[in-house]
Amino acid sequence: MTSPHLSVRGVFKRFGPVVAVNDVSFDVAHGEILGLIGPNGSGKSTLFNCILGQTAPDAGSVEVDGRRVTGSRACDLSLLGVGRTFQQLAVFPGLSVLDNIIFAAQEHRGGMLGRLFMRPDAGLTEEADRMIEFFRLGAVRNKLAGDISYGQRKLVDAAMAFMAGPRLVLLDEPAGGVNPTMLAELRERLLTYNREHGTTFVVIEHNMDFVMSLCGRIMALAEGRIIADGTPEEVRAEQTVIDSYLGG
Amino acid sequence: MRGHREAIGVAVVVAALIVAPLGQGNYIAYLLCSWLMLAIAAMGLNLTLGYAGRISLAQASFIGIGAYATSIVTLAHYPWVLGMAVGVVLCFVVGLLLGFPALRVRGHYLAFVTLAFNSLFFLVARNEDWLTGGTYGLSGMPRPRIGPVSTSGQLAFYYFTLAVALLAAVVLRLIVRSPWGRAFKALRENEVRAESLGLDVRRLTLLAFAIGSAYGGLAGAIEAPLVQYIDPGSFDVVQSLSLLLMVVVGGLGEFWGPVLGSAVAVLLPEALRVTAAYYLMLYAIAVILLMTRCPGGLIGLARRIAARPARRRGAAVS
Repeated sequence: MTSPHLSVRGVFKRFGPVVAVNDVSFDVAHGEILGLIGPNGSGKSTLFNCILGQTAPDAGSVEVDGRRVTGSRACDLSLLGVGRTFQQLAVFPGLSVLDNIIFAAQEHRGGMLGRLFMRPDAGLTEEADRMIEFFRLGAVRNKLAGDISYGQRKLVDAAMAFMAGPRLVLLDEPAGGVNPTMLAELRERLLTYNREHGTTFVVIEHNMDFVMSLCGRIMALAEGRIIADGTPEEVRAEQTVIDSYLGG
Repeated sequence: MRGHREAIGVAVVVAALIVAPLGQGNYIAYLLCSWLMLAIAAMGLNLTLGYAGRISLAQASFIGIGAYATSIVTLAHYPWVLGMAVGVVLCFVVGLLLGFPALRVRGHYLAFVTLAFNSLFFLVARNEDWLTGGTYGLSGMPRPRIGPVSTSGQLAFYYFTLAVALLAAVVLRLIVRSPWGRAFKALRENEVRAESLGLDVRRLTLLAFAIGSAYGGLAGAIEAPLVQYIDPGSFDVVQSLSLLLMVVVGGLGEFWGPVLGSAVAVLLPEALRVTAAYYLMLYAIAVILLMTRCPGGLIGLARRIAARPARRRGAAVS
């Protein structure tokens, strides 16, 4: 049996009297697409932040490829091949789309001092252009990221998460605020990327159609605990999920 | 194409700077030296604030550290290059240390931390008279010799200052055009996102302070032999605020912004002297108008003017 790509064991996080994540454990296999669903305040984003080193868990551990990364800094995780997108748009509005995407990989090239003497594009323009083409952003390549539409910025955000060739990507509400046409595009791009590169995805999402059609496995959280874990059909049929989240 | 235009523009400006003091008196050469010296300090502040987005109200104290280090070394009959190197390295190290609070605090809080540092430097320079000469300051610093060539004359010192400023500009240009420049901007725009993409935010923040401060030190190494007298009053908080104004007026995060901003701060008041007592008022009004009408500073204003014909063409087509 192969070891899991991501392994979360007994993660616990409390904010004052509120328990945000309560003894959560799960594994994600290589190449799997796992969806995390649950009502607001169920602990999804806190769990993400504990995995990604942005919040230190009170207890528990996180392993990537068998390597303990609990409490690691986000930059170190990125260099280990863990990418992410944010719930709030997180592009660099004052940089062009091309520069946003180049930056997403440049810190993975050489050492810090070495980068000072590299070509301005760190030799990444061709690769960035391939990513721009993959996400169909050619028309806005040289525009400032702050000047393009919300949906296009979501695609830039996703392109940035993939630019450094991560093996594990955590996507925080990628469908939020994206129009249906762009959403279909995004889903298709994510599925293609997963198929072509074998990248593992963990996706937090409220858009049920999007998450159910994207993910092979769904995990539902409520009040910081896992209340269901299975295929989309199984989770959709789970009574506790219907009661606490999906409704009648 | 844009690169070519910029190169031609720079060549024209450099040529103009070479001929500018010819046939003029010593005062004009002195003014131009002051401008170039402040431009170097403002370029450093622009890296810290304009590119990396970390405010510093301590740039004058770094000019002071560079000036005192150069003065002490050259008054002890060591060469200017050694004094300059001591000043720049000292500022780099002190700037690095000053960067640590920037890892914890931002915005107004960071402004006050750096402001407090500037006040601390002022007090040390005033009270430690065994080292700094206290309120009497230090005087009689010799001007550098480049091999057999002395720069003691005002014109010679101007060309020396111009060479140092050009070298400083080239080095900074190489830094901001390298992947570091993009990383500094990413740090300014969204630090959390930048870190999630692998940027070591701590290291880059410290470097932004250290390099910016080193430029302050270099400016100080020019100021000492330029003025040949320094005292703590030259490096107080007002001077730091003035440097901040230069960077903002020129265009925050624009490479040539500090050069233009310092020109406005040094040369415009001189040009307005014909208006006698009104010149400061006119200068203040010009700054207020610029900041309210064009927050992108002079470079932003120039860009807006240059974009106008293209916008008009676009409107005509549509």
